Formats: sequence, C-alpha cells, structure tokens
Amino acid sequence: MDIILDGVKQAIGLLIHLDPALLEIVALSLVVSGAALLISMLVGIPLGVWLGLRRFLGRRLVVTTVYTGMGLPPVVVGLAVYLFLSRQGPLGELGWLFTPKAIVLAQTILALPLVVGITMTAIAAIPRELVLQLRSLGATQGQINRTLLYEARAGVLAAIVAGFGAIISEVGAVMMVGGNIEHKTRVLTTAIVLETRKGDFALAIALGLILLALTFTANWLMLSLQRRLDSR
Amino acid sequence: MTLSENHSKRRPLFLHGDMFSRHIAFLFLALILMALAACAAPAPPVDETPKAGVRDELVLATTTSTYDSGLLDYILPDFEQKTGVKVNVISVGTGQALALGRAGDADVLLVHARPLEDEFVAEGYAPARYDVMYNDFVIVGPETDPAGVRGMKTAADALKQIAESESTFVSRGDESGTHFKEKSLWEQAGVAPKGEWYVSAGQGMGAVLNMANEQQAYTLSDRSTFLAMKEKGLELAILVEGDEALFNPYGVLPVKPTKERNTNFGAANAFVNWITGEDAQKLIAEFGIEKYGQPLFFPNAK
Repeated sequence: MDIILDGVKQAIGLLIHLDPALLEIVALSLVVSGAALLISMLVGIPLGVWLGLRRFLGRRLVVTTVYTGMGLPPVVVGLAVYLFLSRQGPLGELGWLFTPKAIVLAQTILALPLVVGITMTAIAAIPRELVLQLRSLGATQGQINRTLLYEARAGVLAAIVAGFGAIISEVGAVMMVGGNIEHKTRVLTTAIVLETRKGDFALAIALGLILLALTFTANWLMLSLQRRLDSR
Repeated sequence: MTLSENHSKRRPLFLHGDMFSRHIAFLFLALILMALAACAAPAPPVDETPKAGVRDELVLATTTSTYDSGLLDYILPDFEQKTGVKVNVISVGTGQALALGRAGDADVLLVHARPLEDEFVAEGYAPARYDVMYNDFVIVGPETDPAGVRGMKTAADALKQIAESESTFVSRGDESGTHFKEKSLWEQAGVAPKGEWYVSAGQGMGAVLNMANEQQAYTLSDRSTFLAMKEKGLELAILVEGDEALFNPYGVLPVKPTKERNTNFGAANAFVNWITGEDAQKLIAEFGIEKYGQPLFFPNAK
C-alpha cells in the first residue's frame, strides 16, 4: 500500500519540480508519437476518404487488409521493423535501428490502419444521396471531399484519437526497435518497464500517471475541437 | 455560401460524440480506480498464518543470466522430480528480483549482487544468504577492436581505454547485478562514463548484446549469456577475461514469510537445500560442457 501512496506523492513532486529527466522522456514520447500520428493523418485521412467513397474491384480485399491492420499485434510489428532495420536486414544501411526514427516507423505502421479504417467507416456511413445532391449542385470532387470530411468530422477525430492512444501507450514494439536508450529512445512506456524491472515502483507509478494524464488531455483537446466545429 | 456551411445546418449524419464521452468516462474511471487504490485501507491479511508445509508451486525470481543461459532448464527438472514442486521462474534484473521478494511475490531468489543481497538479509526479508555458484563477466566487443583492449589484464584498464577512445559502450543501465558490476568497474577505472559513446539501454543482457552487436559496440556480459547468444550468430568477441574483479558470485535467498507476505517458505527452503546440495551442484558444474566445451557456472556451495 505504501508503495502506491509513495508513488503518487513522488509523481506530484516530480511534476511540480518539472524534473528535467522526466520532461525529456515526456517530450520524446510526444515528439515521436506526434510525428507518427502526423504521418498517419497525412496519408491515412485522404486514403480513408478515398476508400470510403470508391467502389472498385478488390475493394473488399483492401478493406479487410485495413481492418486486419487495425488489430496488428504491436510486438509483431516491432519484430518486423527490427528485422528490416537490423544490420543484416534489407534496410540496415539506413542505420535507423535504436534511433527515434525506428520508433516513428513502427508507430506509423500501427497508427495508419486505425486512421484509415475509422475515417473510411465514417465516410462510408454518409448517405450516398448527399454526394449525388452535391454533384447536382455542381460541386467539384474537391468540394465534395471537403464537405464529406466535414460531415464525418466526429469519425475522423475519433480516428486521430484512436491512433494517438494506440501508439503513445505502446511498449513492445518501441522497446524492440528503439532499445530504451537513455536520452535517446527512452519513452514513457519503456521507462515504466525499466523502473518496474529495477523495482523502483514509485517512479514507475509517476510515469504511469503522466501517461494517463497525457491521453486524457489528448482526448479532452479533441472533444473541445469537436464542440467548436459543431457550434460553427 | 459555401457548400459546407449549407450542410452544417443539416442534422449531422454521423456523430460519434458518444464515443468521445465513453472514452473520457473510461479515463475517469481509470483515474478514480488509481486514486482509490492509493487511498484504500490496507487489505485484511488473506491468511492468518503462513502455511508451514510444502505447497506444490514455487516462484523463483532470478536474474536473466541464469535463465537465458539455459542453466535453469537444465537443473530444475531434478528439483521438480525430487520434490514434486513446480517451479515458476520469473527472470528479471536483480533489482526487480529483490523487489519481488520484498513484496512477497517471489518465494526464493537466485541473484548476484552481493551488497544488495546482504542488505536484503539485514532488513529481515530472508533468514540468510547461501553461496550457490559463480560465473564470470567478460568484456566483449567487435572483432576489429577499435579501442585496442584485446588481451588486457584488468577490466578497469580496458574500460579506461574504451572511454578514452570514445568507443561505443552499451550499458545495461537497469540496476541489475551486471549493471552494478559494471558501475564498480568504472569506479575502479576512475572514469565517470558519460557522453554520446556511452549508451544506457535499460534492458536485459540478451537485448543489450543484440544492441552491441548491431552497433558493433563494447559491453560487459556474463560469460554464459554471451556464449549462448554467440551460438545464435553474435558478431562479437571476448576481448578481456580472467580478471578477478570480473568474478560474479550467485546467492540463493529464501524469502521469510510474514502476515503480509504469505510466501512458500517450506518449498523455498527445500529449494535452498537442493541447490546447495551435492546433486544440483554436480549438475551446475557439468552444464555447458557438452554445448560450449566449457562449464558456464562453477558451483561453490559450502
């Protein structure tokens, strides 16, 4: 019991004093997961819109692939990325293994299908009549896409939140490809694993609370954004 | 009027506001649970008195080296066969192994960090610590040996040279027994390792050896894990060995039960008696000879 109380107390202390080691870990977590999320959004949202609108041969195969991707086991992604980036692997030349780039790559692979899949579902849920109506009003494809995206905004925001939630809290792949190197690839989740392994539960709890607070804040921001869009 | 303004007046066709509130509700619930866990009164003891007899399962918390090397797989069947007690091995760093013992989550510990072990006994968590065996550490690095430490007589000198040449060195960085040994060697070398070349990985021995292999870096490893990993294609070589400062003694500690820690003391003592006994000591001595042509651990129970 004391362990948990001490941990909470210590967490508050670390936060109040803006402990530099802690800030470094938090900042790195946000930077790598932010980068992975940004890439996933830039690629995933247009792809999701496209998949949600188009009917083409083999679409079902693509959709099934995307849905499978939404449930990819992170450790398998980690293993695959590790093997590709390893010195003996096909991308070994890049020298990305055990760098933040490797983490961004693995996290993008995990977040992208979520962003694509949820965006696609949201877009596909909009009645076809709206598209026809827009077209009869003389809207260009670009205008139609933007309107649909706006109509599906709640779904798209959900896609982004889901993507972020999945990668900021991911540990297996990040540990494997990042290596949990101090000052370089140590993020919140891997730091929690390390502190637990050291038996330093207090610090682990502190880091856990911060991780929880981060996801909470991300959700809160998204919800506020959605409110603002709704009230426009 | 743009098209989107036009349509924003329609009833939203797809709104997942619900999903968001559920998301948030879930987070709140999690926060509340954590807060509750922090405030709740201590749970009443489950069992009034620790059971004296031998229950049929035993949790052994040990360091990654004994497990990764395959030693436990080799010797434990003998114990299980003789006593009928099933051993559940948790392979972690020495720091966590001791923490598991303190919390009563492990019944017996097999670890290698003498000062921490003595502290554990002094604090009353174990009645005593018993010698089991020792193995040794080696400094490994790339075949090309850019720091030029091959064959050096003392580990401290070698580390000093690695630091001076700023050759990449991967440290366990996880407060494990190996990490403690490494820190004491740096101390002997009179170097406070810091800088781009010093990589603190915070992972187990296997992961650190893989990392050193990938980066063609130096590291300190126990001989057994290194040889076991070398079999699987590690492109690293033993460069410094045999220094007495590199010896690595293992101790076994049965965790003393209390009201809060209902550990399996009976089985833990049986385990201690067995591993310090003749048969197990013989098994330890012969382990590795067949596969590596040399023993990996040297029994030294009294």
